Amino acid sequence: MDMVTLILVAAITGGTSLLFAVLGGILNEKAGVINLGTEGIMLIGAVISAIVFLQTQNLIITFIIMLFGTGVLGLIHAFLCITLRANQIVSGLAVTLFGTGLSAYIGKSVAGAPIPVSIPKVDLSFLNSIPVLNAFANLDIFIWMSMMLSIILYFYMYKTSWGLHLKAVGDNPSTSDAMGVSVIAFRYFHVVIGSMLMGSAGFYLIMAYSPNWIEGMTSGRGWIAIALIIFARWNPIYALFGAYFFGGLDSLGFRMQIYDLNIPSYFLKMIPYISTIVVLMFIGWKNRSKPSIEPKSLGNPYFREQRF
Amino acid sequence: MKKLLITSMFLVMILMLGACSQASNEATEEEDTVETSAPTETAEESETDTEEKVPRVAFVYIGVPADGGWTMTHDEGRKIVDETFGITSTTVENVPEGPDAERVIEELAQNHDIVFTTSYGYMDPTINVAKKYPDVVFMHATGYKTAENVGTYQTKGYEPGYLSGLAAGSLTENGKIGYVGAFPTPEVIYTINAFTLAAQSVNPDAEVSVVWSNTWFDPTVERQAAVSLLDQGVDVLANYQDSPAGIQAAAERGVWGMGNDADMGEYAPETYVTNPTINWGDYYVEMVQNWMDGTWESGAYLGGFQEGMANIAPFGKNVPQEVQDLVNAKKQEFENGTFDVFTGPIYDNKGELRVQDGEIMPVEDILTMDWLVKGVNGSVPE
Repeated sequence: MDMVTLILVAAITGGTSLLFAVLGGILNEKAGVINLGTEGIMLIGAVISAIVFLQTQNLIITFIIMLFGTGVLGLIHAFLCITLRANQIVSGLAVTLFGTGLSAYIGKSVAGAPIPVSIPKVDLSFLNSIPVLNAFANLDIFIWMSMMLSIILYFYMYKTSWGLHLKAVGDNPSTSDAMGVSVIAFRYFHVVIGSMLMGSAGFYLIMAYSPNWIEGMTSGRGWIAIALIIFARWNPIYALFGAYFFGGLDSLGFRMQIYDLNIPSYFLKMIPYISTIVVLMFIGWKNRSKPSIEPKSLGNPYFREQRF
Repeated sequence: MKKLLITSMFLVMILMLGACSQASNEATEEEDTVETSAPTETAEESETDTEEKVPRVAFVYIGVPADGGWTMTHDEGRKIVDETFGITSTTVENVPEGPDAERVIEELAQNHDIVFTTSYGYMDPTINVAKKYPDVVFMHATGYKTAENVGTYQTKGYEPGYLSGLAAGSLTENGKIGYVGAFPTPEVIYTINAFTLAAQSVNPDAEVSVVWSNTWFDPTVERQAAVSLLDQGVDVLANYQDSPAGIQAAAERGVWGMGNDADMGEYAPETYVTNPTINWGDYYVEMVQNWMDGTWESGAYLGGFQEGMANIAPFGKNVPQEVQDLVNAKKQEFENGTFDVFTGPIYDNKGELRVQDGEIMPVEDILTMDWLVKGVNGSVPE
C-alpha cells in the first residue's frame, strides 16, 4: 500500500470514534440542546463496554448494554435541561465531570485488563488493485456503520418530515409547538439518542482502537468532537470528512517526524481548534448578512408560556 | 408556575452542588485518601510509641496504580514497604505536575516523615516544599535537584534498555526497528541510544526509527504513533510509554513488541519480547530503614542490575532460546558490573564523535544526554 492509502486508513480508523461522537452532538444541538457531556459520556460508554465484554464476551450484548447505560446518562442531561430548564452548559460540564469520575471509579476492577475482542472486518479485496480506494478494502464493521449512519442522518435531517420538525424544534420551538409537534418529546428523544451515539464513540475507542480500559482514555477527544460539530456546520456529511481530517492529524504528525520535517507536535495538536476557529470566521464572514446556520434556540430551554 | 420555577431552581441548585462536589472530587481525591488513612497512622503511632518510631510514609503518583506501567511499579514498591514495616502508607493518585503537585506535597509534608514524589515534573514542587519542612525527608524519582532533605533516585534505564535492544537486533529480519519515544528527556534518550547500540552490536545494519508521542500515557495517541512506524515496515516495535497501546498495535500485525517499566506480556502473548522493569521495593525499604536508624542522607542514587533495581520482564513464549541466552549472558555481565553500555567509540547520528575510542562515558554525561547515536532515524525536538 502506498503512502496516501496508509494515511487514509490511519485517518479513517482514528476519526471513527470522533465521528460517532460528533453525530451524537449534532443530534443534540439540532434539537436545541447543547451537550458538553461528550467526554464524560464517551468514558462511560468505554468503561461499560469493557466491564460487560469481559463478563459476557459478546459484542452485541455489550453494545446494547452500553447504549442503555449512556442513554440513561443522556436522560439525566435531558431531564436537567429540558424539564428542569437548567443551564445547558453547566449541566453538560457536570455530566463530563461526573462521567470522568464515575468511569474511573467503576473501572477500577477492569483497569488495564486486556480485552480479547476481535471486531469483524468487511473484506472487499477486489478494491485492492485500485489506488486510493484500496484504503477501504479491509475496514472493520463499525467504520462502515458510522459512515452509513452519517448518510442516514443526513437524509433524516434534510429529507424527511421528521428531520424538518427537528430543525424547527431547534430553531423555533414555539412554532413547532403551535404545529402540534411535542417539543419536549422531540428534545428528549434526540438528546438520548445523541448520547447513545457518544457512548458508541467510547465503545469504538475501547473495542477497536485501544482494547483495554484505562482511566481517562479519551484524553480530550470529546472536546475535539464538540469543536467538530461547529466545524461541520451541523451537517452529518461534513462531519464525516471533518472527523477523518481531525483523526488524520495525529497520525500525520508522526509521519512528519519520520520524514524529519520539523513541525512541533504541539502545533499539530492545536490544529483541530485553530481550523474550527478559521471555519467559524470564514462562515461568519461569508454569511454576515444572512441568518446564522446555528440552531437558533440552541441553549434556550423551552417555556410554552414565555414569549421571547 | 412561580412555585414550580422555584422548586425547579432549587433542584437544579442541588444538582449543581452535586456536580461541583464531583468536580472537586476529581481534583482532591488525594485529600480523601489523606484523611482516611491518617487515623490508622496515628493509631499505629500511639501503639508503638514506646518501641521504635514508625515512619509515616507517603507516595505521590502521576497516574493510577492500575496503569500497568510506571505508577504500578512504584505501587508495588509501596506494598513491599507496607509489608516490611507493617504500616499503611498514604498514596495520592493522579497528581498533575505543577501547582497541584506542590499543594499535595505540602499537605502530605505536614503529617508525614518520608514523602516519595515519583515523577520527573515534581522536581521543583518537591524542592520548594522541602525548604519549608526541613524535618521531613523527601525522595524524588528521576530528578536532578537535591537538597539537605531531598534525595533523588533513578534506575540505570540504559542497562535494561540495552538488553531489550539486543533482543530486538536479534529478532529483526529486515533490520528496521521502531521506537515510540515518550518525551525527549535524557531518561528516554539514553534508553533509546542504549537500545540502538545493542541492536547494532548483533546486527550492524539495524536502524531504529524514532517518533515522539509527547505523552507518558495516552493510549490513542500512542497507538497512532505505533501505527505510523508499523506502516514504515518495522518488524520490531519498542515503546517507552506506560500504556500497552503500542504493543497491542504491533501484535495485530504480527510484529514483535516491547514495552517499558512493567511486564506487559499479557497484552500480546504471541508477539511479546520483553521489556525493562523496575524494582523500587528494596530501595524504598532501605530508605525507610535508614530513616528509622537515623542514618538517612541526601544523595543522588542510581540503581542498575548490580543494585537489583533494574531488571527485564520474563520473555514472551515465542522468543527463540538463543536470543534469550544471548540476553541473559549480557544480563550476567551487568550484574557482575563488567560491562558499560556507553563505551567509545560512539558517534551521534549527525556523524560527530561523542565518546572517544575506549573511553567510558561518565554518569553525569549520560544523565544529561541530548543527542541520538548513529543508526537512529529521527531527531531530538528543540
